[in-house]
Amino acid sequence: MSDLSLTNPAVAGKTAPPAGARGFRLPTQWLGVAPFFIFALMFLILPTGYLIVGAFQNDAGEYTLENIVALSQPSILAAYWISIKVSLASALIGAFAGLAIAIAIVRGGLPNWVRATTLTFSGVASNFAGVPLAFAFLATLGRLGLVTVILNTVFGVNLYAHGFNILSFWGLTLTYIYFQIPLMVVIITPAIDGIKREWGEAAATLGATQSQYWRMVVIPVLWPSFLGTVILLFANAFGAIATAYALTGSSLNIVPILLYAQIRGDVLHNPHLGYALAFGMIFITGLANIFYIWFRTRSERWLT
Amino acid sequence: MADPFLSIQSVNKAFGQTTVVENFNLEVERGEFVSFLGPSGCGKTTVLRMVAGFEEPTGGRIFVGGKDITFLKPNQRNVGMVFQAYALFPNLTVAQNIGFGLKVAGVPKAEADARVAEMLEMIKLPQFGDRYPYQLSGGQQQRIALARALAPKPKLLLLDEPLSALDAKVRVSLREEIRAIQKRLGITTIFVTHDQEEALSISDRIAVMYSGKAEQVGTPFEIYNRPATKFVANFVGTLNVLEGTVSDAGAGKVRVNSEEIALKGKLNGSKTGDTLSLALRPEAISLGRRPGNDASLSGEISDVHFLGSVIRVRVGVGENSISLDTFNSPTTPPPAVGEKAEISFSSGDVLVLH
Amino acid sequence: MKSGRFWAWVTFILGAAYFFIPLIATVEFSMRMRRGTYSFDAYKVVLGDDRFQATFGYSVIVAVFTILLGVLIVVPTAYWIRLRMPHLRPVVEFITLLPLIIPAIVIVFGYIRMYGSNSPLPFLGSTRGTDALLIIGYAMLALPLMYRAVDTGLRTIDVRTLTEAAQILGAGWATIIGRIILPNVLIAVLSGAFLTFAIVIGEFTMASLLNRPAFGPYLQNIGANRAYEPAALAIIAFAITWGCMSVIQVLSRFAPKSANHRN
Repeated sequence: MSDLSLTNPAVAGKTAPPAGARGFRLPTQWLGVAPFFIFALMFLILPTGYLIVGAFQNDAGEYTLENIVALSQPSILAAYWISIKVSLASALIGAFAGLAIAIAIVRGGLPNWVRATTLTFSGVASNFAGVPLAFAFLATLGRLGLVTVILNTVFGVNLYAHGFNILSFWGLTLTYIYFQIPLMVVIITPAIDGIKREWGEAAATLGATQSQYWRMVVIPVLWPSFLGTVILLFANAFGAIATAYALTGSSLNIVPILLYAQIRGDVLHNPHLGYALAFGMIFITGLANIFYIWFRTRSERWLT
Repeated sequence: MADPFLSIQSVNKAFGQTTVVENFNLEVERGEFVSFLGPSGCGKTTVLRMVAGFEEPTGGRIFVGGKDITFLKPNQRNVGMVFQAYALFPNLTVAQNIGFGLKVAGVPKAEADARVAEMLEMIKLPQFGDRYPYQLSGGQQQRIALARALAPKPKLLLLDEPLSALDAKVRVSLREEIRAIQKRLGITTIFVTHDQEEALSISDRIAVMYSGKAEQVGTPFEIYNRPATKFVANFVGTLNVLEGTVSDAGAGKVRVNSEEIALKGKLNGSKTGDTLSLALRPEAISLGRRPGNDASLSGEISDVHFLGSVIRVRVGVGENSISLDTFNSPTTPPPAVGEKAEISFSSGDVLVLH
Repeated sequence: MKSGRFWAWVTFILGAAYFFIPLIATVEFSMRMRRGTYSFDAYKVVLGDDRFQATFGYSVIVAVFTILLGVLIVVPTAYWIRLRMPHLRPVVEFITLLPLIIPAIVIVFGYIRMYGSNSPLPFLGSTRGTDALLIIGYAMLALPLMYRAVDTGLRTIDVRTLTEAAQILGAGWATIIGRIILPNVLIAVLSGAFLTFAIVIGEFTMASLLNRPAFGPYLQNIGANRAYEPAALAIIAFAITWGCMSVIQVLSRFAPKSANHRN
C-alpha cells in the first residue's frame, strides 16, 4: 500500500537531492565513497585484472590465446574436471539435503527448539570449513577413524576394502557437504518462510490436491532461490582449497591445489599458464555467480 | 427456514484443553449473506475454517445442501475463500491466479479463458490479466482474490476479514462491491469481521460471537436495536449505560441519580431495590425536552466534539456520563462546556440489561 | 499431517546424525593419544606448544586489525551510500559481492604478482608490509559479510532523519558518525566482526601463500605430521567458531528493532 516511509529505499532514492543540482559539491560527495573505491580498485580489481591480462599474454608481453589453449592439456583438464565434479556433486547433494532439512524445520510441525537449534548450528557449521574440517573427517572416516573402525569391528564392513578412500572424489564430496548443507539451510530457510500458509489453503479451497499445489505454486516459487543457492554452493566449493589440501595433501589434483603448487613453485614451468589457470577459475565461478544474481533478483521480486 | 443451504449443528472445537467454539448452531439460507462479528479470539475464524475444512470439529456436524461435509477435505468441498492477506500466488499472473481453480479441475482451456475474462470484467480490472500480484495495490489484489475464489462457481463463499488489511477508503468501496457481486451471483456467503460497521452495512444477518459462543443471531436492525445481551449491546455501536435502582417495581419506576423515570413493562421481573443497567443509543437522546420523549434527566455538559454534520455532546448526570448526538445547524452555536442541560428520551428506547 | 511430521523427524534426525557423528568421532579420536585409555593428552600437548600460542596470537592480532580495517572502510561507505548516493548502491553491492566470485587463492596470487619487492608498491619487500597485505586480503574476504551486516543495520535505523536531527543540533560529521550512527549500528558491526573473526582465525590459503606464521598454516603443518593433535585442534577450532556464532546470536537480541521491517 502507500508506504511513504523514508527508509523505503526506492522512495528515499527519489527524495534525495539530485546530484546535478549541486554540481559544485560533487567532489565532496565523492570523497565519502573514495576510500572504498580506491581500496576495491587496488586490492581486488587491479590484481585480478593483472592476472586476467597476463593470461592472454606471453613472456614477451604480446597478446596471445596460447595460454588458454594450453589449459586443454590432459593434466589441467583433469584438474578442472574433478574440481567441477566435486563442486557440483557437493552443491547438489548439499542443496537437496539442506532443502529437505529446511522444509522439515519450517513446515514439518516440529517443536520450536528444533528450528532454533538447527539454524544456530547451521550458522556454525557453514563457517566450519578449512583445515579443522579435514581433521574432523580424517578422525571419522580415515583409516583409523571412529566410523571406519566401528563399521569394521561391529558390522564387519571394511570400507577401505570396498574401495572407499577419504582421499578421493567421494571422500572430498562427503567432507564438503558438511559446510554445504548448513549453508543451504541458512540461505533457503527465509525463502521457505516466504511460502505463506494461506497459499496452500487458497489452493485447497480451489480444489487443488497437495501435489498440484506443490507443482504449480511451491516449486515455481522456490525454484529461483533454490537454483541460485546451488550455484552459490558450487562457487563456494570450487574456490575452496584448505579442506582439500589438508585432507589429501596434493594427492587429489583439483584446480585450486594445482594453482597453489604453481604459485609456490611454478610447477607448470610457465607463469602465464598459471595466470590462465586463475582466469579459468574466475571464469567458471563468475559465470555461476552471474546466474546466481539473475535468479536472486527474480525470486526477490516475488517474495517481497 | 425449511430447507437451510448451510447448516452448522452443535459444533464444538477444542485445541487441547482450550475450548474455542462451544455448541455453535447456525442455519443459512441459499443466497444469504451472514457475518460473524466479534472481537479477536472469539472463535469466528475457527468456525469459518471448520466450514472450509481446515479444522475438524471436535463435535457436531456441518451440512451443505443437505450433504454432510464435516470431515471432507478442503479440496473436495467446492467452497471459495478469500483471505485477509490476499494469498495470491506470487508466481502466477492475475489471469493464471483466477484460472487456478479451473485448471486444477481440468476445465478446457478455451472455456477457462472465457470464464477468467468474465471474472476480470466483473471486478472491473479487465486489462490486468497479464500483471503479477506484486504490481497491484492491496485493493486490486483483494478483488483478484475474490475473482479467483468465485471463478470455479463455488457453492459457498467464505470471506475471512478480507478488508482488514486495506485503507479506510478502499475498505468501504470494496465492501460495497463485494455485496453487489454477492447479490448478483446469489451466492451463499459467510463474512468474518471484527468491525461492527462493516457487518451492519453488508449483511443479511449477523452472528455476534463472544468466547466461542453465538451471543445473538439476527438482522443488523435487530442486532443494533434489540441486543439480546450486554455484550452485544456494548460491542455493536456506541452505548450509554446508566446505573439505576428499582424504586417501585409495581409502577415500573427506576431511580437514576436523584431523579426517577418510568419504564413500564420493561423491568421483567426485577424487584424493588435491585440495581439495573439501562442502555441508550446516543441518537435516541435529545438535548432539552422534545415531544414524544417521556423521560428526562438533568446534568451538566462536560465535553463537546464537533464532528461535522453531527455534534457529539457529553453530559454528566451524577456519576454517569452520557453521550448524545445533535445535528449541526449553521445558525445555532453548539452548546458550551459547563452549561446546565436537560436530556430527554423515550422510555421505549431504553434497553434494560441484566 | 501426522505422516508429514514423521518424515520431518526422520529428516531432522538423519541430518543431526550426519553432523554429530564427525564431531563425536573427532572428540573420541582426540582422546586416544594415551594407549588403552581416554585422556586429554592431545589437548595438553597442543595448548602447551609454543608454536600454537605464537601462531594463534598472531592470527588473533591479524583478525583484530582486519576487523578495524573492514569497519573503517565499510561503515562510512554504507552510510554515505544510504544518505547521499543511493544511485551508487548497485555498483557498491556488486563490488562487495566480487570476493564471492573471485576465489581467495586468485586474489592472493594477484597480490603476489602486483606487490612484489620490485614493484612500485613493494608490500612484499618487508615483513610489516606483508602483514599489511594479509590484513587487506582478509578484509577483502570479509567484505561481503561485513557490508551486508552493516547495511542491514543501517536499514533498520532511519539514517536520514537521525543525521538531519544531529545536524540541526549543530553536530559535525565526525560527531554524527562517531556518536550517532556507529552506536546505532554497533550491534550489526559487532556481528560482522565476529563473523570475520571466525573466518580469519583459521584461514589457510592467503597466510600460507604470503608465508606468514598464522594459525591456519600451523594447523595444516600439524595435520601433516601428527596423529592425535589435529583432532584436538579441530575441536578447539569448532569451539571457537561456535563461540563467535553464539556471541552473534546474543548480540542480535540487542539489535534495534525497526518499525518498518520485520527482519
